[in-house]
Amino acid sequence: MSKVNPDFVEKISGFTEFNAYACINCGSCTALCPMGIDLLPRRMFRHVMLGFEDKVLENTEEVFSCLLCKMCEENCPKEVPIVENIKSIRWYINRDIFKLGRG
Amino acid sequence: MAVPIKHVLGILVDNLSIRGSVMPLSRSSSVNWAKGLNIPRGGKTVIYTGLMYQLMPSIIAMEKMTSKFADSWISNFYGVGRMVNKVISITPFMTWTNASERERFNSILHNIAKLLQVANVDFGYLYDEEMYAGALVHDEGINDVFEAHAHKVYERLKKHNVERVITVDPHTTDMLKSVYPKIIKDYQLEVKSYLEVLAESNLKPLKKLEQDIVIHDSCVYARYEGIIDQPRQLLENAGAQIIEPINTKKMTYCCGGPAESLFPSKARTVADSRVEQLASVGDKSVTMCPICFVNIRAAAETKNLSVKDISDYLVDAYCDQ
Repeated sequence: MSKVNPDFVEKISGFTEFNAYACINCGSCTALCPMGIDLLPRRMFRHVMLGFEDKVLENTEEVFSCLLCKMCEENCPKEVPIVENIKSIRWYINRDIFKLGRG
Repeated sequence: MAVPIKHVLGILVDNLSIRGSVMPLSRSSSVNWAKGLNIPRGGKTVIYTGLMYQLMPSIIAMEKMTSKFADSWISNFYGVGRMVNKVISITPFMTWTNASERERFNSILHNIAKLLQVANVDFGYLYDEEMYAGALVHDEGINDVFEAHAHKVYERLKKHNVERVITVDPHTTDMLKSVYPKIIKDYQLEVKSYLEVLAESNLKPLKKLEQDIVIHDSCVYARYEGIIDQPRQLLENAGAQIIEPINTKKMTYCCGGPAESLFPSKARTVADSRVEQLASVGDKSVTMCPICFVNIRAAAETKNLSVKDISDYLVDAYCDQ
């Protein structure tokens, strides 16, 4: 059972801050995604904002599956910086979980 | 289970940190394309390949290997591979390249430089001092490694007093034009894709193309960099009829390439969908990115669809062969 943890999002930032607060859950992004992964990007961002770290880590493969093609971002009615957010989640996984990078 | 993400990324990171490129390339593989073009070394304006086209034969070989390993017990050994790779580069063993493929990708760079020469653009080349721009580690979110690499690339350009860069592929264009300025203080470099440079020149066609060509926009050119009109203008000025597929321009559809090294079968499904769209409106297609070219070409093998790089068409129309 996941517990809401608003502090988790602070770990998720890359070259810019994680920012998906404008999301209205319309689902355009998921509907348009060429990879057709139900969790991307909207539900994944929800997990991050709620602080469900275990849900994010259970779905690492999905995080790295994103093509960064920006089809979703181009069509997002709230202009959420989707690709930067995905890269921020990747950076958190690479740094904290995979221990990649310069250390 | 796909190939282990951590170890594949680890190998790429180690290669970039230790050897300066995500996959090591010999000096000759990097610069052979420029033979016979008499491009001066260095200069205020340089063509910048970012090694992307040169890396494609290795990437094709690596992907064949990855897709073989993806579901097999061998994938358990990627971790060992990474440890060995720190001392001895294992990548060449995984990426035996094919000579005709090397020539194919070199010919695209040769075309591009020739077009710039015909357009009277004054430019040089850094030859073996040119570096990979780091797009892959940037995209995979290995931020500190990317940042350190980007600074090295910029220092190298500044050491040679480069002021203007002409890029040849969308990914390097995006890195140098839009990403580097966000992380490098007082960044001063004018960056344009060769498609922009050619579209601004008064290049005149010597030969009519008279062909119907289905255009495949690169996601990065169209959605990241807004380079949409230039390739159309260059092809249309040469008499080609452009056919727009259902997903085009800002709504272009990905070739699947970015998922190729970690999830080859998923990437292939995306490429198949795109080829379906292209082949339903014509039998000749054009790409403008090395990654798109590789992925669309592979998925089009069993379809009635030819795949060429835009420079193949342009050199045919604008250069005296």
